[in-house]
Formats: sequence, structure tokens, C-alpha cells
Amino acid sequence: MKLEMKLNGKDVSFEIAGPELLLDLLRDNGYFGAKRGCDNGDCGSCAVQVDGKSICSCIYFAGQAHGREVTTIEGLGTMEHPHALQETFVECGAVQCGSCIPGMLLSAKELLDECPSPKDADIREALDGNLCRCTGYTKQFEAVKVAAKRIIEGKSKGRKPARGGKSR
Amino acid sequence: MKQPLVTVNKSVRKIDGLSMATGRAQYVDDVHVRGMLWAKLLASPHAHAKILDIDISQAQKIPGVVCILTHKDLPRVPHTTAGQGYPEPSPYDSYVLDKKVRFVGDRVAAVAAETRDAAERAVRAIKVTYEILTPVLDAEHAMDDDAPKIHDEEDSLRIADPEKNLAAEVGFSVGKNFFEDSDYIFDRTFVTQYAQHCPIEPHITMAWFDEQDRIVIRTSTQVPFHARRIVAQALRVPVKRVRVIKPRVGGGFGAKQEVLNEQIVAALALATHRPVKLEYTRAEETISARTRHPMIIHLRSGLKKDGTITDFDLDVISNTGAYGTHALTVGCNTGSKVLPLYRAKNVKFNMRAVYTNMPVGGAYRGYGATQGAFAMECLIDEMAERLAMDPLEFRKRNHIRLGESSPVFKALGEGREGVAQSIESCGLDQCIDLGAREIGWREKHGKPKGKGPIKRGVGVACLMQGSSIPGIDMGAATIKMNEDGSFNLLMGATDLGTGSDTVLAQIAAEVLGIRESDIVVYSSDTDMTPFDVGAYASSTTFLSGMAVKKAAEQARDQILHVAGKMLETDPADAILQDGMVVMANGRRLSLKEVALHSLYILDQFQIMGSSSHITHTSPPPFAAHFCEVEVDEETGQVTVLSYVAAVDCGTAINPRLAEGQTEGAVLNGISYALVEEICFDPKGRPRNATWQYYKIFNTQDAPPIKTILVPTWEPTGPYGAKSVSEISINGPMPCIANAIYDAIGIRLREAPFTAEKVLKALKLRARGRRME
Ligand code: FES
Ligand code: FES
Repeated sequence: MKLEMKLNGKDVSFEIAGPELLLDLLRDNGYFGAKRGCDNGDCGSCAVQVDGKSICSCIYFAGQAHGREVTTIEGLGTMEHPHALQETFVECGAVQCGSCIPGMLLSAKELLDECPSPKDADIREALDGNLCRCTGYTKQFEAVKVAAKRIIEGKSKGRKPARGGKSR
Repeated sequence: MKQPLVTVNKSVRKIDGLSMATGRAQYVDDVHVRGMLWAKLLASPHAHAKILDIDISQAQKIPGVVCILTHKDLPRVPHTTAGQGYPEPSPYDSYVLDKKVRFVGDRVAAVAAETRDAAERAVRAIKVTYEILTPVLDAEHAMDDDAPKIHDEEDSLRIADPEKNLAAEVGFSVGKNFFEDSDYIFDRTFVTQYAQHCPIEPHITMAWFDEQDRIVIRTSTQVPFHARRIVAQALRVPVKRVRVIKPRVGGGFGAKQEVLNEQIVAALALATHRPVKLEYTRAEETISARTRHPMIIHLRSGLKKDGTITDFDLDVISNTGAYGTHALTVGCNTGSKVLPLYRAKNVKFNMRAVYTNMPVGGAYRGYGATQGAFAMECLIDEMAERLAMDPLEFRKRNHIRLGESSPVFKALGEGREGVAQSIESCGLDQCIDLGAREIGWREKHGKPKGKGPIKRGVGVACLMQGSSIPGIDMGAATIKMNEDGSFNLLMGATDLGTGSDTVLAQIAAEVLGIRESDIVVYSSDTDMTPFDVGAYASSTTFLSGMAVKKAAEQARDQILHVAGKMLETDPADAILQDGMVVMANGRRLSLKEVALHSLYILDQFQIMGSSSHITHTSPPPFAAHFCEVEVDEETGQVTVLSYVAAVDCGTAINPRLAEGQTEGAVLNGISYALVEEICFDPKGRPRNATWQYYKIFNTQDAPPIKTILVPTWEPTGPYGAKSVSEISINGPMPCIANAIYDAIGIRLREAPFTAEKVLKALKLRARGRRME
């Protein structure tokens, strides 16, 4: 069966066998950003966006994405042109092993799209499907807030990241 | 000439952070290897059984199945899966595949197939005839005369007493006339539970053959060099035929200080001559990987009316599960990283690690100190209360101080006698003061507040850990200069997400007067990088950091020598700064010019340094933790409202990363204290192997955590640094227990402090009061 979707802004098509899961499809095709933490929908490390909403791709049939727009972490920003969230996660020290980070960033992106200046409780709620075992979440809350501010100030575009972040 | 620190003690960005945040970072599974087979292990459904027969005929018929291995196919080599230095202090009681199973989840057979589906179906089609044996499911009775013997095989080595299911035993006693001078004696028992590390990336290993027919193992490990050695040992192949590559690792916390699946994956690759991959499912990770040793801790102490602690007598029964991996050393740390914190003239310690037919204990951040600190800090609180003394005051009066030693350092090491040392840096008093102020101790402690059934309280715990294993651990590093004045830093040190690549690059950059971004870090690969014991025992910054510093200093000396010749100036007082050599007379040269000169122009040679480091001390970091909790007396629910961790890790090479280590450890500790527990049915089958049922804290559960770094200078560490990664996981359990007491007047000594346990304790107390 032919599966067509918009993946990170590009029209793509895949031949799929049937009950293939989106996570497997993505990883088999070299989109390694989505991670496999549990394969049960419990951790969010496999999260990608489908039509702007974060979903766990480990429990989402690839076929369900037919005709939809899928965004993976690779589509959020690149090392050359990172998204404000990607920048602030690094600056704030919110990235440790990185396993949870792609999924968490996509959840954070969804939040900021809907709610440009989130309160603490909003951030906690938006990220509660993304388990992180390394950080204790403190720096991640901070990173989301700093990114929100930066996006609002419109400074993130073309801005040269300061070396070492604020504390330097 | 002492220059101010430029790169060290700065919160520079994690050098691999952006590649992780953009999905570029490559973990084990983030490469495609052509022709890769999927491996799957058949797990035992029984806690204790002999394998009488394995019939693989049906499984072999499944299309796509390439290879099935059972114990009959592999050399029988007793070894340990503990990723420790040679000779490992853990018993050799494991076999890659065995004819006996010793816990639910133990491995019976291994399959390699063209697809994951075929591998899974094949595993289910293997027919095993078991002779089911009575399991040992209670650590306290594992040593009973009539307990079944778990390791009755003839060939295992260095088990303390297989007849008694005793994997390891250690003890010491210093002082005399125990408890004779004490006015009060305390005698308490503490119990801790089964818990798992839960790295978001489960264990995953690949193996294939290179063009020289050598086995290449790409694996998520904290110990690549130990993995190489142990694979070679277990499969009887020469070390030189094995290469272990550690790419990005998705978290370890000690779980990956284990050479768990590298042997079996390499065996499948050898048998099929194809690339093979094995990735644990979450349930396999929880049950079949490693856990934190559950312990029964009996702590007695003696106290004088004037506030002097006279005696400690610590007796530990540690449940090591089916195999004795890390059994001795984790148990040692329960004493050695806890007892020295407070002065006492008489100190006794005894630890027995027993086998049971339950999941296997292993290395887990905190490494035994976590369990010991729970007992110690709760008892310290009780002792202070008896004297009606502020718990902070009591701790300050009794804790070890700068320049002091403890007989425990010498008496107890890791698996052998320890090393005498005295404290050369200690910021504990300041940690206590700053943490107390932050939590509002003076206003809150002893004055329980709250409305109706909701009670509030604050608690404290003080902690110490170590920094590497003295006399045993070694780390090495090589640094070489490139044409543009950048450097390659090649290290065996193993970044498992902690940020050690960044921290070590900062140390090298500081020596060389450049930015950490001008250092290209490669860690770790047994073919390419020098040796390092790996990431454990809180050693990387302290130990490998010193190796990096020494290697960078060699390169610096060579640079100065070349620059001196180029400028015909004596480089004696020259410095390296901002990518330049600056001579005492003010003349300058860029590192690029020096590099080009040394590589191409005259007396050509490679500017490079290579150095190893061992340590003869293990300076403890210190910490004071505080928390405020809310206890609902109607439901038993305990909620941590806020948490403060004040930590003395010497110089924080990267303060932000040090805070991150602290916060991550704290939340893991809180989750462990309140909810995490693997539960079993009466046959020893785990009931909550997935995250749906094994709860770990998420963003909604996490309290605000505040880290306060208290700088001190450790003379034996690089730029004054000590360790930071492990210590803070030890705090939450006692800290929360003490806060619960402050809130509702009940001391919980059995973890985790679930709503059920709190409610039960409240009901028991109410019944007791009614009886009075
Ligand atoms: S891997 Fe999909 S939720 Fe965990
Ligand atoms: S950074 Fe490791 S799990 Fe979040």
C-alpha cells in the first residue's frame, strides 16, 4: 500500500506492508531523531508531530499519517539553523543524554504554538508525556520559558547564539 | 604565574548538545548496517529451574530464523557481568547461557533472525522442559539451612559460600567496648526495595565483522574497555580480535556498567557471521537488566548526653538476586561512603550479600551509599531529637571536618581494604547553612503547619560520596594538535549523557588557552582511544580529568618549545591565551602558526600529549539536602513541595552541568523514595515491568528543585574538582522520611513511602492511641 505524506515540509511516499508503526517507518528510512524508549506509548521519546499535534509514533500506525503533515525533530531546525527551543535547551543545560529531547522539544513546540507565554503549570502539563531520567526537568522548564520569551521578542531569527548562554 | 580560570568553572554549552537537540546525534541504533539480523532472548518464566531439554526444531522452521543458540552451543566460561577492573571483585557465577535458570527473566536461549517478528516468533516456539525448583524469594531467609541452593554448580568461582547462598561478605570493627560509654542506644532496621535505573534508551548492542574478520561491537555501555575484556574472556577469543565502540549513550545510571548483552550478541555474530542487533524491550530492561540491590539495614548507634556519638554498628543484608554482580562492592559502599561522615570512636560494619531467585542487583548511581544514607540520616535525626537538639546543629557538631580522617577509609575499600586519607576540602557547614536558609528551616522545622488533614514538614539529610576508586581506577587521554590550532582529544572516558566530553574538553581548553569548541572530542573506542576504566564510581571528572590535564600540559610544553625556537625567545614565562602563545616579552604567535611550523617547516613532529592518571585518594564531595513535604492524613499521600540540594563538589568545572547532575539525581531519588518498586507475585514473577505500572516521575510530579553549588578547592583534583554525579541520589529518601516525621510525627523505615504505607502507619498509631 502506498503511503503519502508531507514529511518535514516535503511530499514523500512510502510503500508499506500494512500494520507498520510510524516509528519503525521513520527509523527505517533514516529519520533517527525519534527514539524508542518503551514501545508502549509511556515515555514520549518517539514523539513526532502529526498535523501539529505530538503523538507517540511507537503506537501510531504509519497508515494513519496518510495525507497528513508529519514533523520530526529533523524538521524542527538544524544545527546550522536551530529552532529557538533547540538553542535554549542547549544553553540552559536541559540536554543530558538526549534520549528524551527530540520528543520533548516537539511537545514544547506544540505548546508554544498554542500558548506563546506559558505558565509553569502549562509547561508541566504539556511535557508530562515526555519522561526524562537525566535532568529532573528543572532546566527544561527554564529552557521552554526562555525560548518563549525569545520567540515573542522575535530575536531568535538570525540571531547569533551567545557563547555559553546567559551565565557566561 | 597563576592565570585566572577562563574555560573551567564556566557554564559553556554542552559540546554535543545541539546535535542531540536536532536529532543528529548517533546512538547505537542510529546507523543502518546492511544485512543486520535481529536477536531476541528467550527469558525464563520460572524463578528457579533446571533446564532438562530444549527443543528448537519448531523454532528453526520459522522463515527468517538464522540461528538459535542454547547452552550446548557455547563454551562454558564462568565470568561476571560486572563491568569492573581486572580482577573483578565480583564472583564468577555467570555463563553466557546456562543449563539452569535462576530468576524470572533469566536467559535460556538466543535467536537471530532476518526480522524482529521472526525472532520473536522463534523465541516463542522454543520448547523447554524445566525441572522446577523451589525458589528463594526472601533475602532474610536465603541463608537458612533448608534454603534451596541457587549456585550449586561446581565451576563458579569466588562465591563467598554457595552452600549458604552467600555471594559476598565483608566486615570490620574498629574501637573497643562497644556501647559502654553511651547514654543512649538506638537500634533500628531499615528496608529498601527493588528499583530499576530506567535509562530512556534500554540496553542495545550490535556486533559485526570488519574486513580483518575482527568482531566490532557497537554498544550502549559505560565500560567499553571492560566490555572488550569480558567478551574476549567469555567467548574465548583474543582481546585483539574485539573492538568495542561506544557512540552516544542514552543514559546509564550504572545499568550500563554491566557487560550484559555484548557476549551473547557477539556469540550470535560469530555463529552466523552476520551483523546482529539486540535491543531490550522496556519490560526486559526492567526485569532482565540490573536493579538497585534491595537491603535490610540494621543500624545501631550509641550517643552521649553531651551530643557525642560513641558507636556505630551497621549490619547489612543485601539482596543481590540471582547473580553476584557488584554484590561485594555495592555492599562495601553502604558502609564506606556513609560511616565516615560522622565521628565515632567505635565503628563496626558487617555486610552479607545473599543470592535469591529474583532480579539481579547491579551498579546503580549511589552504589549502595543510597541505601546506607537512608538508614544513617534517619537515625541521626532521631539522635538529635533525643537530645532535643536542632538536627542541623547535631550534624555540624559531629560531621567529619577539614584535615580529619576516619578509620573507616582505611578499613573498608571497594572489595578490599581501603586507603587512609584525610579530608582536604569540605564545604558541608556552608551547604547546611545555605540550604537551611533556602528552605526556611528556622521558620518551619519543628513547627508543623497545615490545614485540616494536610500537614507540612521539612527534613534534612547530609551526604558524602567518593571520587573514583583509589589505587584501582585509571584513566588515560591523548591530545594532538591540528593545522588550524585545534586539537583532537581521544579518551577512554565514557560520556553516557552526563556531559563529561564537555567537561574534559573544558579542562584541556583551560590548559591550552583555547575554547572548548576548538577541541574535537572522541570517546570512546577501544581501537582508537587510550584506556579508561569507564564511567562509574564518580570518577570521570576527577580521574580522567587529571589525565586530560596532564596530556594537555605535555602538548602545551611542546607548543612553548616550538614557539620559543620560532621567536628565538626563552619560553620560560610564556602563557597560552586566546589561541596565542604570549611570550614574557610580549611577542606573540598564533597556535596555527606553531602547528604549521611543527608539522611542515622545521624539525617536524606531531605536537601531542598522552597521559594516564591514577589516584591514591577518593576525596568525598559533600551535600546537605532539604525538602518540604505535604502529607495528607486522609489519603496517606506524600507530596514534595520543594527540594534544595546544596552540594560541595570542589570546583564545578561546568556549573550548569553540575546542577543538571544534581537535579537529575535528586528527582530520581525522590521517585525512588516515594513510588518506585518492582513488585512480585508469590512465584517471583515481576508484576510491573513496564512504565505503565512501574511509575517514574514526570514533569507534573516533579517539585521545584534548587541546586546550590558551594565551591571548595580539592587539591588532588583537576582545577580543584571533585565528583558530583552520584551523591545527590542518596539524599531524597532520608530527607523525605525526616520531613514526613516533621509533618506527622511518624518515622517510616521501609521504602518506598507510598500512600498505602503512610496510611497504614497512621492507622496503627491511631489504634495505639486508642489502646492507651
Ligand atoms: S517509545 Fe513511544 S512512548 Fe515510549
Ligand atoms: S536527557 Fe536523558 S532522558 Fe532526558
